[in-house]
Amino acid sequence: MTSATLAGLVGAALVGLGLYGLIANPQPLRKILAFNLMGSGIFLVFGIVARKGAAAGLQADPVPQAMVITGIVVAFAASALAVALVLRLFEDTGQATLNPDAWTKPPDGGAGAE
Amino acid sequence: MTAGASAIAATAGGSLLPLAILLPALGVLMSLLLGGRRAEWIALGLMPVEFAVAVAIACLVWRSGQPLVYTLAGYTPPLGIALRADGFSAVMLITAGLIAPAAALYARANFATPPETEKRAPLVFWTLLQGIQAALSLVFLGGDLFNLYVGLELLTFAAVPLVSLDGRPETVAAALRYLLFALFGSVFYLLGVALLYGAYGTLDIALLAPLVRPEPAVWLAAGLMTAGLLAKTALFPLHLWLPPAHANAPAAASAVLSGLVVKGSFFLVVRLWFDVLATLPGVIPGTILAALGSAAILSGSVLALRQARLKLLIAYSTVAQIGYLFLMFPLATGPWAADAFSGGIMQALSHAFAKAAMFLSAGLIAESLGHDRIAGLSGAARALPVTFLALGLGGLSLMGLPPSGGFAAKWLLMKASIEAGQWVWAVVMAAGGLLAGGYLYRVLAPALSGESPQLKKAPARSRESVALALALVALLLAFAPPSFFTFLQIGRPAAGVALQ
Repeated sequence: MTSATLAGLVGAALVGLGLYGLIANPQPLRKILAFNLMGSGIFLVFGIVARKGAAAGLQADPVPQAMVITGIVVAFAASALAVALVLRLFEDTGQATLNPDAWTKPPDGGAGAE
Repeated sequence: MTAGASAIAATAGGSLLPLAILLPALGVLMSLLLGGRRAEWIALGLMPVEFAVAVAIACLVWRSGQPLVYTLAGYTPPLGIALRADGFSAVMLITAGLIAPAAALYARANFATPPETEKRAPLVFWTLLQGIQAALSLVFLGGDLFNLYVGLELLTFAAVPLVSLDGRPETVAAALRYLLFALFGSVFYLLGVALLYGAYGTLDIALLAPLVRPEPAVWLAAGLMTAGLLAKTALFPLHLWLPPAHANAPAAASAVLSGLVVKGSFFLVVRLWFDVLATLPGVIPGTILAALGSAAILSGSVLALRQARLKLLIAYSTVAQIGYLFLMFPLATGPWAADAFSGGIMQALSHAFAKAAMFLSAGLIAESLGHDRIAGLSGAARALPVTFLALGLGGLSLMGLPPSGGFAAKWLLMKASIEAGQWVWAVVMAAGGLLAGGYLYRVLAPALSGESPQLKKAPARSRESVALALALVALLLAFAPPSFFTFLQIGRPAAGVALQ
């Protein structure tokens, strides 16, 4: 098994794990982390793609690297926006959950039931 | 084939294309820099210029009969990045150029900045509205799949905060849910882009299209990118984020989100299957898309029937109307392809105008009555005749009754599906039209009867006119001349062949 194949498989595994986390985890913060895990897997795939370009005679294909950098910036901005929303939700309701039933109850009756 | 040298070389007048993106982007920067009331003035001042640019682009495309191309910094693809405007992009640019100012004029009453002070919500609204325009222009004009990814992300980042502008916890949760679905969509799209680049070494649409072969990497990339875009378009079963997000946003934002933002990712699904993957045998994936669309039409309409609040009803009707957009995909090959394509685009346009009109009317109704419970609408049309006229005319287009853009769209799609022998889509469309009639009847019938209720405050005439004007555009689309459909075909590989 070449290192490129190994890296590709690791990238695929990261995407799979991240996807599972994004779907299966109810907590928004974990979903955001899972999204970042998926992103890392994809950046790894881009890395392999750059290596493949290198096999075609180029030193190392710089285009996928440029895409990874842009992708990291976008993923960072997305995470920041998502975390800001989670924080705001926590400040207002005392809970960071997407389930509205958890925090639309009257504060004295159902607070902390989760 | 589009991928001659002409598709990657810059054309005369191409320099208008970056202008369509840079003007609203400049507006965003200046609004943030100058702040306060100036953000509103900048947005309102730039919008007519942006509309003029969109019209100029459409005129140039029309005159040359060819897509306009601009190469950034003069580097031709695959090294450089191209912007392209075909008939479809030009029409979508004009649509965005009309709906955004309409929402802006309507929003002036809600998002006025008090003199001498700076409030956060107005600044954010005016900045993000321009951000949505810039991102939409990038999506409509981008000729490079990675560049389109960036445009798609900008669109999401501009749209998500609009949902939670008023800061109530439900709106923050709706925005967060929207963002999480959108992020799921973006990583899938990006993975597909990586696979396509790995397979062919270019992401320029015109260069990529002739290289694409039906092989596993391409099918995987196509599946991933389509799934990602569907999550952003809110096609069934990835629609769960849409109703709370669109129903909780301020009315002007809902109009832009429902009318324009979901069309951005739909536009890319069309780009993907009609331009990039045109050589793949598309009947099976097209049938899957149309089956999901049919499920969206039926489930969205039934859920709309059961809503207690007007804005939620309209939001579920968006879920249903998005379904119609996907009925064009299994009809993409054959002599009926041009009809199906025109019908799909017509549905995108008429839904954009009709839904924007309906959300603006619903906002006026909620402000005038102090609530938007459907059970409490009895007699409201007597007190708010113009508002309900706009709501009803928008609804006419959603039902697909003539004369309306929705009728033209559904007629073309139905004709294509019957010619193609795919009867099932015609049956779904008829059922969807009946259900739409049902949920609109639920709103209009009580509103037209009974005692006129006490209004909290009468709506401003100018804001009612904005909603009515949008509804009238949705009706006028029914009278689009045949040359309009020829225009939509500009830039299609088989342009003109299947027409007539």
